[in-house]
Amino acid sequence: MVDPLTPVLTTRWTEPRSWTIETYERTGGYTALPKALKAHPDQLIQQCKDSGLRGRGGAGFPTGMKWGFIPQGDGKPHYLVINADEGEPGTCKDIPLMMADPHSLIEGVIITSYAIRANFAAIYVRGEVLHCIRRLNAAVREAYAKGYLGKDILGSGFDLDVVIHAGAGAYICGEETALLDSLEGRRGQPRLKPPFPATSGLYASPTVVNNVETIASVPFIVNGGSDWFREMGRDRSPGPKIYSLSGHVTNPGQYEAPMGTTLRELLDMAGGMKDGIPLKFWTPGGSSTPLFTAEHLDVPLDFEGAAEAGSMLGTTALQIFNETVSVPWAVMKWTEFYKHESCGKCTPCREGTYWLVQILQRMVAGNGTASDIDTLLDVCDNILGRSFCALGDGAVSPITSGIKYFKDEFLALCDKNSKVLAGANA
Amino acid sequence: MTIAPDKPTAAEVVVPEGHVKLIIDGVEVIAPKGELLIRTAERLGTVIPRFCDHPLLEPAGACRQCLVEVEMGGRPMPKPQASCTMTVADGMVVKTQLTSPVADKAQQGVMELLLINHPLDCPVCDKGGECPLQNQAIAHGRSDSRFHEHKRTFPKPINISTQVLLDRERCVLCQRCTRFSAQIAGDPFIELLERGAHQQIGIAQEKPFQSYFSGNTIQICPVGALTSAAYRFRARPFDLVSTPSVCEHCSSGCAERTDWRRGKVQRKLAGDDPQVNEEWICDKGRFAFRYATAGDRITRPLVRDEETGELRESSWTEALQVAAAGLTAARDANGVGVLTGGRLTVEDAYAYSKFARIALHTNDIDFRARPHSAEELEFLSGTTVFTNPDNGVTFQGIEKAPAALLVAFEPEEEAPIVFLRLRKAARTGKTKVFHLGQFTTPAVEKTLGTLLACVPGAEANALNALAEHASDVVELLSKPGAVILVGERAAEIPGAFTAVTRLAERTGAKIAWIPRRAGERGALAVGATPNLLPGGRHVANASARIEVERTWGVEEGSLPATPGRDTTGILEAAANGQLSGLVVGGVDPFDLPDPALAEKALAQAGFIVSLELRPSAVTAHADVVFPIAPAVEKSGSYLNWEGRRREFGLTLEGTGALPDCRVLDTLAVEMDADLFTQTPAASAADLARLGEGAPSGSSLNVAAPLQSPAGAGKAVLATWHRLIGNGSLQVDEPHLAGTARPVVAKVAEVTAQQFGLETGGYVTVSTERGAITLPVETDDLPEGVIWLPTNSGDVTVRATLGAGHGSIVSVSGGKS
Amino acid sequence: MTQAQETAFDQSTVDRAQAIIARYPQARSALLPMLHLVQSVEGYVSQDGIRFCAGQLDLSEAEVSAVATFYTMYKRRPCGEHLVSVCTNTLCAALGGDDIYKTLKDHLGVGHEETAGEPGTPGSITLEHAECLAACDLGPVLQVNYEFYDNQTPDKALGLVKALQSGEKPAPTRGAPLTDFKQAELQLAGFFEGRDADLDGPSAAPETLRGAQIAKDRGWDAPKMPANAEFPALPEKK
Repeated sequence: MVDPLTPVLTTRWTEPRSWTIETYERTGGYTALPKALKAHPDQLIQQCKDSGLRGRGGAGFPTGMKWGFIPQGDGKPHYLVINADEGEPGTCKDIPLMMADPHSLIEGVIITSYAIRANFAAIYVRGEVLHCIRRLNAAVREAYAKGYLGKDILGSGFDLDVVIHAGAGAYICGEETALLDSLEGRRGQPRLKPPFPATSGLYASPTVVNNVETIASVPFIVNGGSDWFREMGRDRSPGPKIYSLSGHVTNPGQYEAPMGTTLRELLDMAGGMKDGIPLKFWTPGGSSTPLFTAEHLDVPLDFEGAAEAGSMLGTTALQIFNETVSVPWAVMKWTEFYKHESCGKCTPCREGTYWLVQILQRMVAGNGTASDIDTLLDVCDNILGRSFCALGDGAVSPITSGIKYFKDEFLALCDKNSKVLAGANA
Repeated sequence: MTIAPDKPTAAEVVVPEGHVKLIIDGVEVIAPKGELLIRTAERLGTVIPRFCDHPLLEPAGACRQCLVEVEMGGRPMPKPQASCTMTVADGMVVKTQLTSPVADKAQQGVMELLLINHPLDCPVCDKGGECPLQNQAIAHGRSDSRFHEHKRTFPKPINISTQVLLDRERCVLCQRCTRFSAQIAGDPFIELLERGAHQQIGIAQEKPFQSYFSGNTIQICPVGALTSAAYRFRARPFDLVSTPSVCEHCSSGCAERTDWRRGKVQRKLAGDDPQVNEEWICDKGRFAFRYATAGDRITRPLVRDEETGELRESSWTEALQVAAAGLTAARDANGVGVLTGGRLTVEDAYAYSKFARIALHTNDIDFRARPHSAEELEFLSGTTVFTNPDNGVTFQGIEKAPAALLVAFEPEEEAPIVFLRLRKAARTGKTKVFHLGQFTTPAVEKTLGTLLACVPGAEANALNALAEHASDVVELLSKPGAVILVGERAAEIPGAFTAVTRLAERTGAKIAWIPRRAGERGALAVGATPNLLPGGRHVANASARIEVERTWGVEEGSLPATPGRDTTGILEAAANGQLSGLVVGGVDPFDLPDPALAEKALAQAGFIVSLELRPSAVTAHADVVFPIAPAVEKSGSYLNWEGRRREFGLTLEGTGALPDCRVLDTLAVEMDADLFTQTPAASAADLARLGEGAPSGSSLNVAAPLQSPAGAGKAVLATWHRLIGNGSLQVDEPHLAGTARPVVAKVAEVTAQQFGLETGGYVTVSTERGAITLPVETDDLPEGVIWLPTNSGDVTVRATLGAGHGSIVSVSGGKS
Repeated sequence: MTQAQETAFDQSTVDRAQAIIARYPQARSALLPMLHLVQSVEGYVSQDGIRFCAGQLDLSEAEVSAVATFYTMYKRRPCGEHLVSVCTNTLCAALGGDDIYKTLKDHLGVGHEETAGEPGTPGSITLEHAECLAACDLGPVLQVNYEFYDNQTPDKALGLVKALQSGEKPAPTRGAPLTDFKQAELQLAGFFEGRDADLDGPSAAPETLRGAQIAKDRGWDAPKMPANAEFPALPEKK
């Protein structure tokens, strides 16, 4: 039986000056790297496949399979790009990880680059987290000084340069192809797929884009092996996962537990609902994942569990809202966010969020009618699956799920406008 | 590219190599691999609505208007797919709006979203009536709006250049304009700005959309967001008559559409001709047409009054009689020379050629109203005149060429559509472009090219030494399909044509001569040259002469047998009395290599007949002036640089203006000669009877000159024309003129230091004729070279300096 | 090449721009950091700054403007000594973020992306409401020059802003000792010279360590790793 909490990625966080290379090496850091460099790159890819590691950025794509898509012997440079553009509302796991233990990410980057035969890697960090950027830059400098980066790493003949790249404020850059465009010095707007990054990514060369938590897991998998990794979590969603609890909960924070842990279990560890006010709604993985309610407390939070219950695992950003919060208001706020962050490239997302915000603002201000709910749902229907990228899909999640579970609350906003004087409709 | 028969069975349909079979709306279709669904459907007759899609731009998938349902391998894809980005695949089943309620709703949904922020100003919008958004809204949109909120507003149109206006409220952000500018033109001066609902098209502050191709964005804008300053509010599309036409400006011969009403051209649009201009034209071709309606247009014949010495209007009869008598007398005295200019149609040029031979009995005829050389004539008459799209370089050939070497040729300035093809060829990665010139022009960069820099006049030496200094270029030129493109200023470079010919012989590369003006290739073909009769027949070739004499029905032995004088020779002879008269077509003396000589010749010539549109330095001296028709008021054809015949019909009927060929035909009758060129069609038929002659071979052997130092205080002049400048066909186009490139001189940093020139300061360039002072910039020119635009703004190199490419000029710091 | 431009960008800025370019396989990747560099000099992305980047990277000014106007962190108008960003995304807003923003707005008398005081002078403050700042377990949060001030209340935030206005620089909950907006932008451009001590600024709040601490306290742990985990056999080439 595996413990309720399984600190792997978070295990070093409690160490004093955990971010330094001294602490990292003292606690077993950079021991996976020499092992990995002695292995064949394809063995590392196979090990990653065997581990069942799935992307921690939200989509849950099998990581080893992604690495395996990189064409080998194609004569082009290969690139590894770390998606550290953490911006999904509610999500706050990668930033603390990189601040507390940047070297685990760097070691993962080196091993992954070796596996996919990349000699240049970039860590794209959202610009608003300066302290994190500082720590990463320092970690890279330390790694160069120790010979973990640069030419002929540990005498293996393998070369790698890593650059820390600060973004500039755009949620859409969390979308991997928008991130690549942004990293190339362009507007962060998603690219057409195909071609996929695996064949035509950064600078039109084969590129792997992985999330921070995903790649930070790699040194542990190399050291522990795929079977060890699979001891945690469930069969199709193995491993540990950082669950971020926020909102109306007694002890919000980061909880690293096996995949498939439920909110009930997590709430229990977090001291329950704040001030005992009952749970009303929550997001399993950020605002783009359809809302859950108290009836979903026992949904196993892994990729399958969340999907079967009608939502998505996303980034395991559990935003907890109690009964004091108005759902239409929360939905309006999120919609304002998506409108602000829509990149503008495609019509449904750009124009749709512009429209939805206005309807919701009007409703929350008490000027809505019941037919606005139909319009909301139909506009959502015209955005969902019609947009260029997943931002549009995410944008309608709060609205459709909010109306699904809390339609009465939307209708209540319209009450005073539904009175019709006798004869008015004659 | 075939569509399957109506009721195919599996056994009947054979899928050709490189093709796939799919089903669209229940109909089985064969499509070439890589074809986009939207095009396959269109071939089937199903038009899927779209905004961002354009066949010549890279797919964007941005507007989402073209969503369809797609099934692959029996599994429906979970979301509707953009048919403008998805390529066909074997076994694919596609349902468009015709058969899929999902696709139909998706399209209606996108249409509604596009309209929520669209202003309701169709009644005052230039695009109204030809607007894809309007049309598709009517075809696929709702009849009412559910949008009751606040529309996004912007200040109404802003000028993004002097000729393009942007109305951001109307924009649907399809990015056709930005993609055109970045991909096709290579001028990324118009961009998406801001983000999300605030996203808009725009320019950088104080950096207007200065592109020679900007007008194309107006044409491909699927809404009324980009409009033309010149055309704005002038007409409604449904009130216009559209006539296919051919551009009269450069030698590319672009297909155009001329829209007019009540006898007046309102606008020109690019025509669609995949072999020539695809769907693009340059801004000169699009916007420069008001010269034909300039206020001072000559509409009646003019005769110089014996008493006042001034030109006065006359009847056609009087003018023809005076001209015939004057020319006959001049012919019978010392003879008459003919200068045709480079802008004639084939049919008109032929009339001049025949007129010279049978009415004036002379070979003193030359179309080259610009610097020229005997070496050039030898090259043109030995080689160029016999090339055509079947045996020579073509636009499409450029696209396939492994290498293109440009010699004394500025494609963006001189033949913009050739430039676009070169850029396209370079961007697809197939073609390496080399520019033998003087500095890294924008065209060098935009064709991803390599500059081979040399001192003006040293181009021939550079070519001869190419194997030594740039063996990679020679190697690439030796690959099949390689091309050498030679421009008009090669005539100013001794030995250039010889060196180019030898290089082509060594490498097997094909040579194309690309003149600047639309009429030059045609004039060459019809013998408007001192040494050729029509069809490339040499005048000195007795059997060729007999061929022509028989076809023309003139007395055997009546055609002059010795080559005549070239342009400069004619002018010199007129100036010193060796010629008694001149017949001059559309020639601007200030375009000639020595305008002073031209002035003198015009002043001295005994009798001058001018065929002109507007008063000029020639009409100022002419004894008789005949008004002639501009391109839109006649039919005819141009021979473009490929040697491709570009035929066009009459656009404006009934203006009464006569083409040159008709005027000459009548004049010839007055002189007892029959040209049989009463109409362009008659002229063309008469020309066709002649066919092509046999090549007489050429003996190019002009040595590359030794370069001597320019001397203290002197520099070597590099100069060429810019697309937008002082050209006589650009009058009355202030919007176009506003997009001309800045008029500056260019020198190398080291040269600037030698002459004490300050960056941002002025330079004075002078010869014994005169001086020009203008701002100076530094660039990567060879040391001791200074570049000036030939004829832009106040800078008129030939008129003021009497100098040309390769001349030695004095340089000093100018006023600051 | 053309006329000399009078700009605020001296040789050291040019050197830094070139150093940014040198980090990447392709020069254009330097544009985002270079715009941060521009802000470290000018306090916003000025037209001069756009010209500067265009010149360094051989881009058109339109291309640079397209990028500069896409990202929220590039400011169009000169910023104050400090940039105060209040998260008003749903969760922080529900916990009081909206009230914090309103309090500061009223106190400073400015709206979103407006500056109280003469931009760039001591005590001047640019206020903005921000989207999710990835510190939700510590909400409501705000940032000053991108350093975190966690678990805020309207009163705490007001006290902080008043202190900033009077020239004090209260330490962030997580982050380095406060400097100013321009120096923060220099670090975002990747230049940290002489500021090694910044690294020791706190980064972990109790919330951050909550799970790890509970596990420690209760003796919970991940399964023990095998002493010698083997790699799988080299897969055969397909």
